[in-house]
Amino acid sequence: MTFALALDLFLSAILIGGGLFALVGSYGLLRLPRPMQRLHAPTKATTVGVGAALVVSALDLAGQGQVSWQEGLITLFLLLTAPISALFLAKTLILRGEADPNLPDPGTGQPWATLAEERPDP
Amino acid sequence: MKRLFPHPYLSLTLIALWFLLVNQLKIGSLVMAIILGTVIPLVTAAWWPNRPRVRHPFRLAAYVILVLWDVIVANFQVARIVLFMPRDRIRSNWVTIPLDLTSPEAISLLAGTITMTPGTVTSDISACGRALLVHSLHAPDPGAVRDEIKSRYEARLKRIFE
Repeated sequence: MTFALALDLFLSAILIGGGLFALVGSYGLLRLPRPMQRLHAPTKATTVGVGAALVVSALDLAGQGQVSWQEGLITLFLLLTAPISALFLAKTLILRGEADPNLPDPGTGQPWATLAEERPDP
Repeated sequence: MKRLFPHPYLSLTLIALWFLLVNQLKIGSLVMAIILGTVIPLVTAAWWPNRPRVRHPFRLAAYVILVLWDVIVANFQVARIVLFMPRDRIRSNWVTIPLDLTSPEAISLLAGTITMTPGTVTSDISACGRALLVHSLHAPDPGAVRDEIKSRYEARLKRIFE
């Protein structure tokens, strides 16, 4: 077996594994009953799905003797933006009263920012 | 010089990012990179009144590797819960994390880390910025989740930033 074939097989395995995780993320969206629980599945399972595709893309180019930094950049932007969209979805759920009730006390003498009286105008 | 480049590290980062984006070394890219590296920090300076201080850049790199590893582990844990745990046995809980961190950059990084790692999503911050509200997908014992986040991530960030 040549090196190129072994590399191709290895990369295909990573791609399929990543695809399975992305599938689990979407399945979680269907299966979990409550809105806050559904938020968990796409924020995580998809990261490894996209991450696997990026690793394969970089390694495949490296196998052809090219170096590409853009996969690293995509990873960076993904890690920077995914938590922000998740935070805003959670804040929306809390504000609309669709999150699980009975929020715990912040323990600092001040309310949670989303529920504080003085909110800037949207 | 300080007025033209209020955040020299941000400028250098932007120049490096631009080269990574265009993926080639040309003199035209350098001109564009320097323009972006000058204009963006100036335009956004109002939201960055202080220079964030990273005391230990190498520890920050070690932290990033630790988090990437945890993200992979987190995926297996969440996948197992999503696929195999009966719906009525999933114990979702809110967890309050009292913060020892004070630097806004460190708190943002901690909040991002929590969202990306095992079964937890940062959902809100207290109005005074001294506690985080975290939702945990499966946490029969919320106290253990809080202690792990504080010892595994917050303690490290405190050493890096403060």
